[in-house]
Amino acid sequence: METKAFQKIYTKITQITKATCSLNAEGVGYEELASVNGRLAQVVKIQGQNVTLQVFGGTEGIPSNAEVTFYGRPPVLRVSDDLAGRFFNSFGMPIDGGPEVEGDEREIGGPSVNPVRRKQPSELIATGIAGIDLNNTLVTGQKIPFFADPDQPFNQVMAMVALRAKADKIILGGMGLTNDDYLYFKNVFDNAGALDRIVSFVNTTEDPPVERLLVPDMALTAAEYFAVDKNQNVLVLLTDMTLYADALSIVSNRMDQIPSKDSMPGSLYSDLAKLYEKAVQFPEGGSITIIAVTTLSGGDITHAIPDNTGYITEGQLFLRRDTEIGKVIVDPFRSLSRLKQLVIGKKTREDHPQVMNTAVRLYADAANARTKLENGFDLTDYDERTLKFAKEYSEKLLAIDVNVDTDTMLNTGWELFSDNFTQAEVGIRKEMTDKYWPRKK
Amino acid sequence: MKENNLTRGKVTGVIANLVMVEVDGPVSQNEICYINLEDVKLMAEVIKVFEKRAYIQVFESTRGLKIGTEVEFTRGMLEVTLGPGILSRNYDGLQHDLNKMDGVFLKRGDYTPALDDKKKWSFKPLAKEGDSVVAGDWLGEVNENEQPHRIMVPFKFEGRYKVKSVVPEGEYTINDTIAVLTDQKDNEVPVTMVQKWPVKVPIKTYKNKPRPFKLLETGVRTMDTLNPIVEGGTGFIPGPFGSGKTVLQHAISKQAEADIVVVAACGERANEVVEIFAEFPEIDDPRTGRKLMERTTIIANTSNMPVAAREASVYTAMTLAEYYRAMGLKILLLADSTSRWAQALREMSNRMEELPGPDAFPMDLPAIISNFYSRAGFVYLNNGESGSITFIGTVSPAGGNLKEPVTESTKKAARCFYALSQQRADSKRYPAIDPIDSYSKYIEYPELQDYIKENISDTWVDNVMLVKNILIRGKEASEQINILGDDGVPISYHVDFWKSEVIDFIILQQDAFDPIDRSCPIPRQKYMLDKVLDVYNTGFEFDSFEEVNPYFKRIINELKQMNYSEFESEQFKRHEKELYYIIDEKKSA
Repeated sequence: METKAFQKIYTKITQITKATCSLNAEGVGYEELASVNGRLAQVVKIQGQNVTLQVFGGTEGIPSNAEVTFYGRPPVLRVSDDLAGRFFNSFGMPIDGGPEVEGDEREIGGPSVNPVRRKQPSELIATGIAGIDLNNTLVTGQKIPFFADPDQPFNQVMAMVALRAKADKIILGGMGLTNDDYLYFKNVFDNAGALDRIVSFVNTTEDPPVERLLVPDMALTAAEYFAVDKNQNVLVLLTDMTLYADALSIVSNRMDQIPSKDSMPGSLYSDLAKLYEKAVQFPEGGSITIIAVTTLSGGDITHAIPDNTGYITEGQLFLRRDTEIGKVIVDPFRSLSRLKQLVIGKKTREDHPQVMNTAVRLYADAANARTKLENGFDLTDYDERTLKFAKEYSEKLLAIDVNVDTDTMLNTGWELFSDNFTQAEVGIRKEMTDKYWPRKK
Repeated sequence: MKENNLTRGKVTGVIANLVMVEVDGPVSQNEICYINLEDVKLMAEVIKVFEKRAYIQVFESTRGLKIGTEVEFTRGMLEVTLGPGILSRNYDGLQHDLNKMDGVFLKRGDYTPALDDKKKWSFKPLAKEGDSVVAGDWLGEVNENEQPHRIMVPFKFEGRYKVKSVVPEGEYTINDTIAVLTDQKDNEVPVTMVQKWPVKVPIKTYKNKPRPFKLLETGVRTMDTLNPIVEGGTGFIPGPFGSGKTVLQHAISKQAEADIVVVAACGERANEVVEIFAEFPEIDDPRTGRKLMERTTIIANTSNMPVAAREASVYTAMTLAEYYRAMGLKILLLADSTSRWAQALREMSNRMEELPGPDAFPMDLPAIISNFYSRAGFVYLNNGESGSITFIGTVSPAGGNLKEPVTESTKKAARCFYALSQQRADSKRYPAIDPIDSYSKYIEYPELQDYIKENISDTWVDNVMLVKNILIRGKEASEQINILGDDGVPISYHVDFWKSEVIDFIILQQDAFDPIDRSCPIPRQKYMLDKVLDVYNTGFEFDSFEEVNPYFKRIINELKQMNYSEFESEQFKRHEKELYYIIDEKKSA
């Protein structure tokens, strides 16, 4: 980053905490970027002459006579088509050994889209995974997280979704990624030959936690460049937002703010909403879709992080290991895509809503049958058939390694219905069964 | 007011959107000021004064703000502009017209005017020379989207005035003088069609505010039948995410019997507001045959818009509603969600380092909430006409726990409680309003009971109480069945349970996406309630419990088909006939 010719250097720090330091300085703007002994920092509080800086790299080893210079501007990202295929750190600096990117400087965390200028999302995103395409269809401009336990393969599923979705650009914002996961993403994208569509901003567990706070804004600034300037469909992957929220609570704690629920800052909802609401369908055709990961502790979705997230995002996806088939499936009960109504049966075949609902209902009947079985009650013939149906449904549709198009999913659905049930038991509107019920050989 | 008399100040501190200003003159609490940041002016509001220092909350991002920046105070509080042309507009929380802003992104300090000052309105005088008038009295009216929009004596006028002159019928803009009044000292005061009013002060130009007594039809069966809301009533809808709060509120806004709907989208998802923007201009208003958008005003402050403006947005919406109420209209005001508003209060209280109350919310949260709810109500105006604001707010309780401060405070203020249950939502029983936990205090009002007797039927209130009992008994029966097993209880338990299921499926559940079922007028609700009670009052005989479930499923199916058919159509009657055949099959002698 460039330094100005007559830059004032301050050397008198008045207060140091684990994440912040304060000093007396003049002419400083709010949210301005600074450097403290070479470490990047941002102005979070100004009181008279006293300026408090949030030091992204942590304050370990910062002396009270550290050299502080101010950049005179908030954090920026240089944007151009050269971003594609590159890996950056939280500050937008290359970490792949390549040169710095030339281009326009854009302030990160920029303004929000005027709600009247948004377009209602209406284009579906095909992933080939039936647990998503069939039951919880994603739409461009949507924001949706995976609510996952740390041991679940959410990063793998997300990488798969990203590669199969026909997005023009995929932007990965990695917060607190383990080095292994970072390399995993790198390899998967590389092997798929998709590197030129991908931009990554990565903060690994080796980096200081407070740096993470910049990652989503960097990723979304890049996304806005491609979606607005280039009218592209951009998919943003944010993993793991729980670690982002944890970093927020560290900073608010160091600034002596009063914590609210689960020791999270009172502004958690607004902080998260500011990021997720960057998901948008622009009228000119570009779009930003956000798929995030929020890890849960012990599956608890009432914790402040998943809870606030759930109120912001347009649905959520849950993964579950189905012991019947020994594979991971997208849980049809707890997962929800709020925007699916905008596309199913409209952009997909007319029978989509009915097949989806019926299959989930029959799957629920199977769950009841299983409870009956476990409690030692006798099963009826219908119960037996629902169990058989449930197993086949998991295997042929819900398992995340299935990769077929929506029409095939629907046809498979009809076949499973006709193999196991009568038309009356399925209870789909007659016009639909007349048209789609498979004729037996 | 002369420019040079206004107080000025300089920024001395910044913490997010809380800014400290050293002032050179008097400032008042809630005074509006503007920060001159480079080439834009940022609007802000005084929220605390300490000696020469004013603490202001900025309605915009404070990025780049420096110490020493000039601040101009206006001496006024946050005000809205009231006049013809408010309907069918989309405002931000401070009443700036979102459609008039340039560009895709919101720009700081892009303050667009609330009303169109070029448009000509055809004005018809209602008052005449020599009339004695007070604030809120009608001087004339214009036609706003086929609704009479009364031009009133400005609310700020104190005492009695005499009408000196009123312009004749004709075309005028909002800033043309349409009347001249004289005060007690014979000073002449010109009046235009537009006036301003501070949002945090209730408009109280009405004569009196009786207890509300008229049923407000929403077309949602589980509300109208079981827990009715009244014209001028207050209600709230708490529910965890995914329980259908927003779908329910949208349904109410589309169907409720109101002249005007004001929607405050307060700190919620932008795509949900976009849905309103996209749908309302397309949907026909069944009562006027025009488009729904023509009677609707939207205040959109979505979750990513500045927090301080979110707090203001609910007040802006309420003030617009009060303005129309003073014209003798029925207003429905919806706020989604009041929890986000409370969170905005919390963020500021936190930055000011106030001692926190429960869950870090400000101590006076209950007072603020009940104060706000009390602005709704049914009123008689000075000229004998009536107007009303019915307010329904949603609450998004953290973790779905109804014991959190916002829900608890709201429960004390609102008279109707529509609890959305996760369990009902999970089993796709929509709307997910829990029939047993929810309540309407209005149904106990003798005024409302009299109104219902006169307008619906003598037995309605008794029937509603009966239905609630049936539901409770059904729930008890189902618990017993679960504990003791299907064959461990008498068959009558199964019958009790299924009779309550009939009510659940036919009265409580309603398909918000079905063109016929989504709105159910009161006469139809009464008809279906009678049918369901016919089933309840019939004694049935079964040989084994296994017969009960399939039998009642057939009954439910016929009744459901009736719900899906045009009222009293051939199809409707066919299913009704079929229903009675089925009932006769198992009717006990």
